[in-house]
Amino acid sequence: MDFGYYPGCALHGSSNDYETSVRACLGALGVGLRELNDWICCGATAAHAVNHKLAVALPARNLAIAERDGIADLLAPCPMCSMELVKAGRLLTESEDLRREMSSIVELPVSGRTQVLNLIQVLQKAGLEKIKAAVKRPLSHLKAACYYGCLLTRPPKTLQFDDCEHPSSMEEILSMLGAEVVDWNFKTECCGAGMTLAEQDTVLELSHKILANALDHGANCLVVACPMCHVNLDMKQADIWRQYKAREPVMVYYLSDVVGLALGIDESALGIDKHFVVKTIPRIEAGAC
Amino acid sequence: MEKTVNCVEALAQTSLVDCYQCGKCTAGCPVAERMDVMPNQIMRLVQLGQTDRAKLSKAIWTCVSCQTCSTRCPKNVDIAGVMDALRQLAYEQRTEHALAQRPAHFYEAFLNNIRRHGRVFELEMVGIFKTVAFLHDLNVPLFMQDSLLAPKLFVKGKLHVMPGGLKDKGVVDRIFQRCGVK
Repeated sequence: MDFGYYPGCALHGSSNDYETSVRACLGALGVGLRELNDWICCGATAAHAVNHKLAVALPARNLAIAERDGIADLLAPCPMCSMELVKAGRLLTESEDLRREMSSIVELPVSGRTQVLNLIQVLQKAGLEKIKAAVKRPLSHLKAACYYGCLLTRPPKTLQFDDCEHPSSMEEILSMLGAEVVDWNFKTECCGAGMTLAEQDTVLELSHKILANALDHGANCLVVACPMCHVNLDMKQADIWRQYKAREPVMVYYLSDVVGLALGIDESALGIDKHFVVKTIPRIEAGAC
Repeated sequence: MEKTVNCVEALAQTSLVDCYQCGKCTAGCPVAERMDVMPNQIMRLVQLGQTDRAKLSKAIWTCVSCQTCSTRCPKNVDIAGVMDALRQLAYEQRTEHALAQRPAHFYEAFLNNIRRHGRVFELEMVGIFKTVAFLHDLNVPLFMQDSLLAPKLFVKGKLHVMPGGLKDKGVVDRIFQRCGVK
């Protein structure tokens, strides 16, 4: 099973531990990844905040490359990228005028027909039962709060993925891995997104609420599938506990981390040692008193 | 007045008249408490043709683009799209107010960076953003914030000192030009 692969700027930048994790995890599942040739930035929030054409053109260029190179299914592990790519793709398929205009702007014909997938969708395509059968180390010591953030499920009409108020696709995967999941209130509440540098207080406040609620509901870790969320919850965690009432540090795993761990892959091979909060969650041995 | 109202509607591709001020957008907004003008009030201003007041709010720059408002609107009004449209208009008009907002500096530093390199070159982007922001607010603690992260990121192999290898770097600048970004 092969997919085109669009890493995006974060996975090749300060969130390259997420790329390490995705490659190791999917590799173990026999999923091949073919990186998109000469991909460009999707534009993230900056593009749609500043220019409506640029917000479509930058993703459109990437979709055009995928079409030219015969890539029908494209994995974008960063939800900012996947959302912008899906959104641009939908707008393109709905308007011939837009297709014509964008093909001219991006110097390649583009129709928007490429299927763009997030990490959860690729794992679903790899087969949840197949993942369950491949588990070597059940994660029974984990009590995970699955955190979706904003852009895995919103805007719902664009993405048509899972439920935008009460998603469960990550919990479903976690249960295949033998992990316990907690019910909690902040699954889709924003972490502060790209405001990490521009308005840090916003990020500290919003991400603190997420961590605190997860801990209040008995979680001993969070599981995320977004590099922005990971930065705000992991890299900024020390700042969060300094700003607000300090709690015990909590591991923030990428979804590919927990799948990889269950498949028997080493922590360092998954890039987990590159996180800012690194702690071992003790396994409870059977029969221990 | 009618021209600007239509301009926001045209950019956002949404029907402003459908908003009946239920307030659900404001209720769900994670940063509403930090806003000077609430999301539903922004919608009201635009409905009444007072787009200039909306463009002069801090709210449109406080907005984190989480899409909660548009997702929950019972009339399918794209409030997030309206926020985008107002930012786009304010930025295009290079209003003094817009150019003084920290998030606007960030978006500009980000876009200039990808225009040059095709992908984000974090070290340079953050350096330029912090410098430009400092020249505006002369806030030393803000300028120094996170500077201790740089060596930690470097040690973890997460901080690159060279931009990524894009073969056709010029294409992004050409795309920017064709989209009318100065």
